Amino acid sequence: MVKINGTAADLAGQTVAQYLAQAGWDAARLAVERNGDIVPRARYGETVLEDGDVLEIVRFVGGG
Amino acid sequence: MWGVVNLHASPSREDLRLAREARHGPALQGRFSAASVAVCGLGGLGSNLALCLARAGVGWLHLIDFDRVELSNLHRQQYFATQLGQPKTEALRDILAAAAPDVTVTIHTARVTDGNLDALLADSQIVCEAFDVPEDKALLVNAVLERFPDKYVVAASGMAGLGPANEIRTRRITSHFYLCGDGTSQLTPGGGLLPSRVMLCAAHQAHTVLRILAGEPDI
Repeated sequence: MVKINGTAADLAGQTVAQYLAQAGWDAARLAVERNGDIVPRARYGETVLEDGDVLEIVRFVGGG
Repeated sequence: MWGVVNLHASPSREDLRLAREARHGPALQGRFSAASVAVCGLGGLGSNLALCLARAGVGWLHLIDFDRVELSNLHRQQYFATQLGQPKTEALRDILAAAAPDVTVTIHTARVTDGNLDALLADSQIVCEAFDVPEDKALLVNAVLERFPDKYVVAASGMAGLGPANEIRTRRITSHFYLCGDGTSQLTPGGGLLPSRVMLCAAHQAHTVLRILAGEPDI
């Protein structure tokens, strides 16, 4: 299982890019933290989620 | 008693240093004075947090924005009506000079892009993300964290509207990435930015910067 934003999901084997697309995230407005590190944007397509991963998708909303 | 104070005399650098040291202690003030911090975006977040950092005596501030002061800014940003039309970099530099004349301020009147951010941020230990467009926020935060693992990023997301003050908070996402705001309240037509809530978020960012500089990186 993979934990994303506090919720466990059966996502092992998917790439970050696949997960983001499937879950409807707008990749241009977020940052992805995985096990304490930021996943570089250029590597979303090659970063494969593994059992035990803990991720946080940080969403940026407008206003400042 | 302090004796007679001449309200018209400009304080010397030494006066300013001693006054801050009396409040913060020499060790802490030394850390603030030695620091270099970039403020990217000089709107409601950036103008407020930059003033806060200048008053605290952060030694070198880099102010970055491409925009000019507009009437619609005055309700929540630090600018004065007399500064309408001025580049925000120049207007804020003047405000900081009046409030904290001993702080070194470098201005960059430019839009931050993937191509120029390395040069713009080279001298800063801590980068404050204070943009208003989500894509700009994401570009800056990701680029700095990817390319400069030693720099700290203090970003903001979600401070629009009339939501409770206590929903504005600071989170530590990674060892070098902090996020302030409620995470969800975005700018919408009719759902504007109130000065108090934007200032709360800016104060969270400024306080996070000061804690990092103080060697207290936990939230």
